[in-house]
Amino acid sequence: MSELKQELKEKIIEQLNLEDVAIEEIKDTDPLFGEGLGLDSIDALELIVMLDKDYGIKLADPKEGKKIFESVETMAGYIAEHRSR
Amino acid sequence: MNKGVAITGMGIISAIGNNVAENYASLISGKKGISKIFQIETVHKDEIMVGEISDTNPVLEKRLDVSENQWSRTVLIGCLAAEEALKNAVITKINDVRTGLISGTTVGGMDKSEQYFYDYFEHPEVRQHITGLHAGDSTKKIAKHLGLEESFVTTISTACSSAANAIMLGARMIKSGQLDRVIVGGTDCLSKFTINGFKTLLILSDTYSAPFDDNRKGLNLGEAAAFLVLESDEMVKKENKKVLAYVKGYGNANDAYHQTASSEHGDGAVLAMEKALKVAGMQSSDIDYVNAHGTATPNNDLSEGRALIRLFDEKVPEFSSTKAFTGHTLAAAGGVEAVYSVLALQNNIMFPNLNYKTQMKEFDLTPITQVTKKPLRNVLSNSFGFGGNCSTLIFSKEA
Amino acid sequence: MNKNNHIKSYCHINEGIVSLNGKAVYENISPDFASFIKSAYHHFETDYSKFFKMDNLSKLAFMAAEVLLQEKSSPEQERNMAIVLSNRASSLDTDRKYQESIADENNFYPSPAVFVYTLPNICIGEISIRHKLHSENSFFIFDAFNADYIKEYSDSLLDTEKADEVLCGWVDFDEGRYEAFLYIVSHQGSHLHTKEEITRLYLT
Repeated sequence: MSELKQELKEKIIEQLNLEDVAIEEIKDTDPLFGEGLGLDSIDALELIVMLDKDYGIKLADPKEGKKIFESVETMAGYIAEHRSR
Repeated sequence: MNKGVAITGMGIISAIGNNVAENYASLISGKKGISKIFQIETVHKDEIMVGEISDTNPVLEKRLDVSENQWSRTVLIGCLAAEEALKNAVITKINDVRTGLISGTTVGGMDKSEQYFYDYFEHPEVRQHITGLHAGDSTKKIAKHLGLEESFVTTISTACSSAANAIMLGARMIKSGQLDRVIVGGTDCLSKFTINGFKTLLILSDTYSAPFDDNRKGLNLGEAAAFLVLESDEMVKKENKKVLAYVKGYGNANDAYHQTASSEHGDGAVLAMEKALKVAGMQSSDIDYVNAHGTATPNNDLSEGRALIRLFDEKVPEFSSTKAFTGHTLAAAGGVEAVYSVLALQNNIMFPNLNYKTQMKEFDLTPITQVTKKPLRNVLSNSFGFGGNCSTLIFSKEA
Repeated sequence: MNKNNHIKSYCHINEGIVSLNGKAVYENISPDFASFIKSAYHHFETDYSKFFKMDNLSKLAFMAAEVLLQEKSSPEQERNMAIVLSNRASSLDTDRKYQESIADENNFYPSPAVFVYTLPNICIGEISIRHKLHSENSFFIFDAFNADYIKEYSDSLLDTEKADEVLCGWVDFDEGRYEAFLYIVSHQGSHLHTKEEITRLYLT
């Protein structure tokens, strides 16, 4: 699980072009949206593509993303449970 | 300075008709043009509904009497709508006065690039479509087809408010005396590019779009071209022109909030509407009907609805979105809805907001859902684009 | 009409050089745009993490605006500044990038963050968000820099009191080549706002 979390942090930084954020700065339970990393709605859509591309998880409704993308921890939990690749 | 900016002609081709008369007939009979996609092969064909123009490219080429497969569909439909507008304005000698063409487009010749994406390298004969991808190219082709020489021709690309901005610019150029006559509007065909783009933004509905409905699921994309002919007071007087309506007000503002999303309370929309009222010299109470942008995305309709409430101080006049008829025709939308606004004024009829059932939770606004008669003096039309570009036009019976 | 409008300041960005009012303020002959614009971002101590999410055209327009709008007026009072930009290639650079992502059926993961930038006027949106500008804005496509047209349009915005200032000019990105020439026109300034002067400054 901690490996997956590390991997997610790397991917989030790379995919979402968070040039000025270091991996160590993202805590497992930090909120990704709003305060915290300050991601926005387009970032959420990118994360949905990432779930599909890298883990074979398809989200049809963007509203589902809200819970899943709360933090790296919630993301990792969801991916571990639903991944197909 | 000219007092009025007269609309002396209009032309349109959309999913609900090949000309103005057909569009009007569909609007008053509630006939929508939304269906499963049939002219473009896309992986999303079972998940989306679109507003396609029924004619295929070969049919359009025949109607225009141009050679096969030379032009993007954006150019073909643009030429047809512009031709109709000129005919409607009874213009035979297009170069006898200073005449301009201002066209809005976002996709340009994207459809041809898709078709030939893998062929450019090995097939030099299709390489002409490479230049066709430039947005400005479609406007130049339309100008050439219309026989416009040495005139003012330009392309506006401000997303879904492009055609509205073209109308605004044209009106200004007539007012300031820079042009005697100008053809203004926009054209955008459907393409995989836009389908996939809006799909990735997860704002496409898998069923008929329902603007301002609490359960709205997103928009239907559409394709269309629509143009108005605007002429100066002098031209109208000199040639004893029949005036369909006047462009009375226009305003544009930036929402300065997000690349694609509208601000929570519709700041840009309110500013654009306020500016348009100011230019028209009107109070909000002078507006009899609003043709809303109303794309049926959760974000737009909430933001626009709030903006309407702010502007009209809770006394929002009858309003509807006609996008459930045509789909969202992107850069052409402002032109399409300008034609519909003029039709509303001419016939004293307001068009229904189709598919509306449930009032939104956030406010107490209900669009009109039936064809409704009402003496109309002034109609306000909104067009908002990505990049925060918000535009409002006001059309009036009187100069 | 419009005899009183002036160019307040102007900025060029091309071939690894950022210049303000004709003087180079930053130089970095990087082979590619990405590293050049990133180094310019750091050089001007721009603290705006959303910059890194932008496409090339937006980064180019954003940096030019950044250089011109550095001395901020009091943030409480909003500037009534309109934005009128133009170019030749529209958003073609990003359009191509997006097109490629939907051309391959076997690797079909189009990016929403890329699609967002497939419109040229998004760069105006970025500048508007950064500097909280709510005024009129438009984007035009021309074959080449059209001083005459930009002048007419911005003069009319000033003369009809639609705006107090206009940020206008040319910002083009295509196949790795980039060129920005942005200037601020207002009632006061050091250069007369004439077609000849705009052209002269553009070519400086």
